[in-house]
Amino acid sequence: MSKLGHLGARLIRGEVGYDFIGKRKIWYGISILITITAIVGLAVRGLNMGIEFEGGAVFTTPKTSVSAGTAERSAQAASGHAVIVQKLGTGGLRIQISGVDTAKSDQIKADLAKDLSVPEAKINADLVGPSWGQTIAKKAWTGLIVFMILVVIYLAIAFEWRMAIAALVALIHDITITVGIYALVGFEVTVGTVIGLLTILGYSLYDTVVVFDSLKEQTKDITKQTRFTYSEVANRSINGTLVRSINTTVVALLPVAGLLFIGGGFLGAGMLNDISLSLFVGLAAGAYSSIFIATPLVADLKERDPQIKALRKRVLAKRASAAADGPSDAAPAAGDDYEDGDPSDDAAAVVGPRHQPASRNRGRGRPSGKRR
Amino acid sequence: MERENEKVAAPKKGRSHGAQSRPGRVLAFILIAMVALTGGMFLSGHKTPRLGIDLAGGTSITLKAKSEPGQKNAVNQTNMNTAVSIIERRVNGLGVTESEVQTQGSDNIIVNIPKGTNEAQARQQVGTTAQLYFRPVITVAAGQPTPKPSASSSSGTGKDKATGNATDKATDGGKGKASATPTPTPTSSATSQGRAVTDALKAGPSPTPSATASASGKPTPAASPTPDAATAALQKKFTELDCTDKAARTTVTAGVRPQDNAVACGKNSAGQWEKYVLGPAEVNGKDVDKAQATINQQTGAWVVNMDFTGSGSKKFSKITSKLSQQQPPMNQFAIVLDGDVVSAPSVSSTLSGSAEISGSFNQQSAQDLANVLSYGALPLSFQEQSVTTVTAALGGEQLHAGLIAGAIGLLLVVIYLVVYYRGLSLIALASLLVSAILTYVIMTLLGPAIGFALNLPAVCGAIVAIGITADSFIVFFERIRDEIREGRSLRPSVERAWPRARRTILVSDFVSFLAAAVLFIVTVGKVQGFAFTLGLTTVLDVVVVFLFTKPLMTILARKKFFANGHPWSGLDPKRLGAKPPLRRTRRATGPAVGPVDPKEA
Repeated sequence: MSKLGHLGARLIRGEVGYDFIGKRKIWYGISILITITAIVGLAVRGLNMGIEFEGGAVFTTPKTSVSAGTAERSAQAASGHAVIVQKLGTGGLRIQISGVDTAKSDQIKADLAKDLSVPEAKINADLVGPSWGQTIAKKAWTGLIVFMILVVIYLAIAFEWRMAIAALVALIHDITITVGIYALVGFEVTVGTVIGLLTILGYSLYDTVVVFDSLKEQTKDITKQTRFTYSEVANRSINGTLVRSINTTVVALLPVAGLLFIGGGFLGAGMLNDISLSLFVGLAAGAYSSIFIATPLVADLKERDPQIKALRKRVLAKRASAAADGPSDAAPAAGDDYEDGDPSDDAAAVVGPRHQPASRNRGRGRPSGKRR
Repeated sequence: MERENEKVAAPKKGRSHGAQSRPGRVLAFILIAMVALTGGMFLSGHKTPRLGIDLAGGTSITLKAKSEPGQKNAVNQTNMNTAVSIIERRVNGLGVTESEVQTQGSDNIIVNIPKGTNEAQARQQVGTTAQLYFRPVITVAAGQPTPKPSASSSSGTGKDKATGNATDKATDGGKGKASATPTPTPTSSATSQGRAVTDALKAGPSPTPSATASASGKPTPAASPTPDAATAALQKKFTELDCTDKAARTTVTAGVRPQDNAVACGKNSAGQWEKYVLGPAEVNGKDVDKAQATINQQTGAWVVNMDFTGSGSKKFSKITSKLSQQQPPMNQFAIVLDGDVVSAPSVSSTLSGSAEISGSFNQQSAQDLANVLSYGALPLSFQEQSVTTVTAALGGEQLHAGLIAGAIGLLLVVIYLVVYYRGLSLIALASLLVSAILTYVIMTLLGPAIGFALNLPAVCGAIVAIGITADSFIVFFERIRDEIREGRSLRPSVERAWPRARRTILVSDFVSFLAAAVLFIVTVGKVQGFAFTLGLTTVLDVVVVFLFTKPLMTILARKKFFANGHPWSGLDPKRLGAKPPLRRTRRATGPAVGPVDPKEA
């Protein structure tokens, strides 16, 4: 931890750091590539909608001693689709299989009869409609759209419109990637998947907002100084919250990864797998997009703002003159070089009086006493 | 140190100041609340949350659709889908019960209800056809305790009848309300009955109506009329009808087409049966836009307010304008629900827009009726075919594996937190534990309270919520560590870090809560259930961080172990790479940097 702790400290101070903003084009490119793959996958393969949305076939067996688990496996083998098996009060089984037409249903029925050793004539086959009908889907869409509008308005007020746009782009990015992966992997989209997607929607925004909150704080008085451009400050803000982002992502992803890889790995496809896959992909994408997409996007948009543009000019001019004047040229990325005191100083200072003016100076653009 | 603390906290008065000076009280408060909730849970006898069908199984009801008489092709895909969505909304009223409704074959509907639901009520809701019609009243006869009609009707019809403020209200934007004035006076009902039947049914002789009716509302068949051909059956039905006999009520309403005259029974406010001859339906349940149970400000009684759709308003104003010209009781219209007259207000002026149904409602019955009305009339009638239990859709073994997997994941989280945050992880884990206990207890209590059922997606959502809850601590901890890195000691660090962390937590949780609220209000079904879980966990996150994590942190910051930055406390300044402020300041303003604006980014 010691090393990590130090790393955290260095990240905060900007001694080490990754140039997220500077290399944003690479990450934009990667994201665009993934998104295009996702969209192509979606267009070519389409989504494999589950029984809740499309309906399917239902088989009702007479009283049988076969367990639900066995029946599930044989039904899955017979149909190649996701299966829901329930034991009925009568002792029989109700087996629901998605994506089955009448012809296929007869074949499955025969297979089932053989596997479950019940007479074929006694298995009752029927088509079932979706339990997640048009009405529910329509309302869910309405809800989503209303939510997105509200969240953009909220972010525009709480932060600013550029951040609202960036957050929305990041959100769409996450959802597209998750849905695309579903199309590519070919997992069936169940109600669980949809719930998973909605969870991601909340999480992705949540994560972006946390990162933006720090960005907003760091760039509060940006125009009152001439040392750093907006992009540089934004970059440092990302690096400063990097530890938080990594920790949060790990904590959120670990249980889901457990479900997906341990739970799902042992049991093959199932409802658990559906949900945990969408959650896993979405959470990862959400954490990634807050850092690699949303914040650089804000910086891009901000740099078009005349004020920020002027600031950039001032900063660059100053650096140029400083470079001309002497060797104390501070490269933008390593702008905090001066802080990197030698270790001996540290030791001395620990003993030394703790003098508070330091903290005033340590405003770092944060409103030190101000809290809202 | 103390001085520093005060300096920092000085500009800040109020809540957080109070919290930081009395963290013990806040902690005690939330712990007491927790104990109280847990105690409540054990007292209520529900020790586990109600689980959805996918986790616990439940009851499966199969309904078979039947065409209404006169509508041969009513059983079709469109109608079935409409019926599914109506039933769905009825059984899932609050959206958190996790019931499933789907069609099976061409004319069956399966309704799956999780274990522990009030099955009888659900079956009733599912089966209720809720055919709602507004029919003009042609004749009314009260089942009177005395043979004299005059005796009864004063008591009988008091509340059901309408007019009153209708006139005034009708003027304000078509939002008139049909509400009550006692209508048919005893005498008028008796005499006008005959006339009404005569006129409307074009039946020559009038029956001697219920004058001879027995006390129980049984009409004497002796009062046999001499009816005309077409109406003979109806007339006979009417006179023979015994409204106190349930079977008779059911028979008389069975198979009546909306466009025909009908005979129906209804209870008046005194709880006595009355019977009606009704004209063809003019307005039906589909014309109702929405219905709502409210308390009538004037009478203090529960009523149901209906708003009509555009075309419904037109039809309604047409029927009311026609009726307002008529003599009692033919100026009444009956609100007929599933063949029974719920209410029969009289009309004195043209109304449109909305109407009020009054009757002998209590809160429950008013809400039930509003529910049925606003979710619409089923386009079909249904017959219960079978009711059977079903096991969990998610196989037991899969659930088991899922639980183990989730537990392993959680264990990894604990290990990670301990390794990374060391002593601080105690606070994180305690907070997570508090959060988990609160979530569990509240979900358990909500089971019986509002029918909340936990399904697998909700469980997964709760797992993600762990991440969001943990994030709040992480944000807070990182802030504290930032402050320590700047050379502060722990206590001022905590107090300085908190306001910033608090803002971040509130801003980001608000987004989550917004998502939950919008989805809960706008959507239906499982999405609504999910939104509920999300909202609940978000609120709990805020509650736990404000009332538990922060006070606990404040208290622990006073302990030597943390305050002195023990290597295992997770707050060791050296390990955090804290820079002595003095040095840094000097160098920052020093010559090395040259002409630097001391106020950096």
